[in-house]
Amino acid sequence: MTASTGEAVLFWCLAPLMVVAALSLLFARKAVHAAIAVMFVMVSLAVLYIAQEAPFLGVVQVVVYTGAVMMLFLFVLMLVGVDSSDSLVETIRGQRWIGVLLGLGLGVVLVGVVTQATFPPATGLAAANAETNPVGLARILFGDYVFAMEVVGVLLITAAVSALVLTHRRRLTPKRGQREIADAKVAALPDGGRLTPLAAPGVYAQNNAMDTPALDPQGRPIEESVSRILRIRGQERTAESVLEPGREVLDEHERRRGVLVPRADDADEHRVVAAPQTPPQTSTEEG
Amino acid sequence: MSTVPVLVAAQIGAETPGVPGIAANFSQDNGWTYLVKAVLIIVFLLTSVLLAIWFERKVVGRMQVRPGPNWHGPFGLLQSLADAMKLLLKEDITVKAADKFVYLLAPMISVFCSLLVFAVIPFGPEVRIPWTDYVTPAQLTDFPVAVLYILACASLGVYGIVLGGWSSGSTYPLLGSVRSTAQVISYELAMGLSLVSVFIMAGSMSTSEIVDSQTALWWFLPLLPAFIIYVISMIGETNRLPFDLPEAEGELVSGYMTEYSSMKFAWFFLAEYINMLNVSAIATTLFMGGWRAPWPLSAINDGMFNEGWWPILWFLAKMWAFMFVFVWVRGTLLRMRYDQFMHLGWKILIPAALGWVVVLSVVQGVRQFGEVDTRTVLIAGAVAAVVVLAVVWFWPEKRPDPPGRPGGTAGPAAKEPFDAFAGGFPVPPLPGQSLPPSSRRRALVPDDARPPGASTPPGEHPENPHDKEVDRA
Repeated sequence: MTASTGEAVLFWCLAPLMVVAALSLLFARKAVHAAIAVMFVMVSLAVLYIAQEAPFLGVVQVVVYTGAVMMLFLFVLMLVGVDSSDSLVETIRGQRWIGVLLGLGLGVVLVGVVTQATFPPATGLAAANAETNPVGLARILFGDYVFAMEVVGVLLITAAVSALVLTHRRRLTPKRGQREIADAKVAALPDGGRLTPLAAPGVYAQNNAMDTPALDPQGRPIEESVSRILRIRGQERTAESVLEPGREVLDEHERRRGVLVPRADDADEHRVVAAPQTPPQTSTEEG
Repeated sequence: MSTVPVLVAAQIGAETPGVPGIAANFSQDNGWTYLVKAVLIIVFLLTSVLLAIWFERKVVGRMQVRPGPNWHGPFGLLQSLADAMKLLLKEDITVKAADKFVYLLAPMISVFCSLLVFAVIPFGPEVRIPWTDYVTPAQLTDFPVAVLYILACASLGVYGIVLGGWSSGSTYPLLGSVRSTAQVISYELAMGLSLVSVFIMAGSMSTSEIVDSQTALWWFLPLLPAFIIYVISMIGETNRLPFDLPEAEGELVSGYMTEYSSMKFAWFFLAEYINMLNVSAIATTLFMGGWRAPWPLSAINDGMFNEGWWPILWFLAKMWAFMFVFVWVRGTLLRMRYDQFMHLGWKILIPAALGWVVVLSVVQGVRQFGEVDTRTVLIAGAVAAVVVLAVVWFWPEKRPDPPGRPGGTAGPAAKEPFDAFAGGFPVPPLPGQSLPPSSRRRALVPDDARPPGASTPPGEHPENPHDKEVDRA
């Protein structure tokens, strides 16, 4: 069987590059570089498959192996941490020797099967791909080898489900979703809870730092806006140390809040009367 | 040495033999035709991207009651050209912590893979080149697994995003690329499954065959669930709002492309918009009849509008309708939270797509092998749908859990004292129990750790017990 000129040129261009990339899997320092090399090998392999008139195999190679399996590898690499190194401690005693033995056994079985197997005479590409490549493949896979396909399917499903079962954790506490958190915040309001997130630390024209408290709309400092750690260490600065001491605090809004002055035409509407308020503490009193 | 160009020219000049399993006939095409078509496609894509950016800004502007770009050129059409020029001339920064090779490679992968998809998209049926007798399909190429090839290109393109985020050597890009990996793995499954239903109905994976199979009925109608799943996952696949978590501005600055500038950034930008065009073209080809004229037009004059150069117009109109959907969704919806997004992908889209494929396979199997006519199948399907709807409608609603039930925050275990070695093993506290304070934790910060000016004692915040302890590890 001879390859066409184009196919030979393609092979001799790709094959050395693939070997180099495959070797870099062994020698690359960074795991992500090795992953890129494997990706290159996979895509080149797909190109070679397509050149040999197996387009389905070639494309599926990219979709499944490069697109999904290698992507999962990368995902795990990034989650685990790119720089983390493998632990070489044996957790099960003698597992290395058991592994070597099992590997040898598998090798012996494979060699035995491959050397014993006899292939029927080749039908040729033209006959195999007569009804397009995917249809021919489908007839073989789901006609001649349907039992093997089903067994592999069952095996994979079992593996996936058992992985889920083994890593499943029973929930001990009820789930705290967005709604539950919002309800809890509202319920905590009478005890001095807050609905909103904490204010960011103060940003003034002269000073923009984590250790100065922000000012509320009335001009009073908000203690919680400074990081808890800084407050405990006593490393926060007071608003007075940054701002001018005699600045004005708008307390008139505070006094009027909650009392809606009704107009003449909506006198029938219910009136909103505020609860008596504690007089606001102004910074001038403090300083 | 001169043999190589001759050989290449001979290869290019050779006509391609007909391929079984595809509807389009490429037997007249030779290498030069392919070359011209490829160049035309690239020019089409680049100009479409410029137009798409202008289109998006203009439409989103209208939706937000503002004019959008209107300064450069008529209707602001040259605005995106000006932006592109600016990006070309900006300083190209390579971050110091970057992995240089991968950093450069990543945007290339993105753009290259996004350019590949349009090779198998049919713009129209066979067209006659004006003033010649030369007839060729308005499509670069096609083969029996063309749609799988599109999926392969899409899955390779994501490597650009993932590697770009990783190689930047910075936190936000890395987070963006991790998100992107998870997003692609979960949404590509749903996307592939929704495409499978088209394969089952059309009996082929070649784009020209699929368009050919929609002569009577476009697939979006009989395959409505698959179409909806495809539209959702195509927005997820292109990282557009409401699924733009890999580049969420509010959380990750701009995700995987935070550290990119100038032309490298422009490549990512280009790839994103070409990908939008790609998925719109795929949706058009697989679900909306491809280049076929919409119904009242297709009946005019014995299908006059389905021949010659007209179909290209219908194809472009449908594709831009999908682009409008992209912009519309962006102008309407907020970005999803990450866990909601994963929940939607894994617990709703993938099971729905799987179930739909199973139902469709059963129906198609009954139709093909069971000697049952389509009418019976349709009636049975309608009855089954009504039954399912009724069951769902009358299904008792899940009651909210009563407060204080066992297993809640104040469970029965709360009354028992916490035994750290219950049963002889170190165990964590049960719900409601709390750990005793660790003896290894320093209770308070010593006074010498605070600045001399601070006079407030550390115990000033007695309302918050956690304030008293600082982990000084």
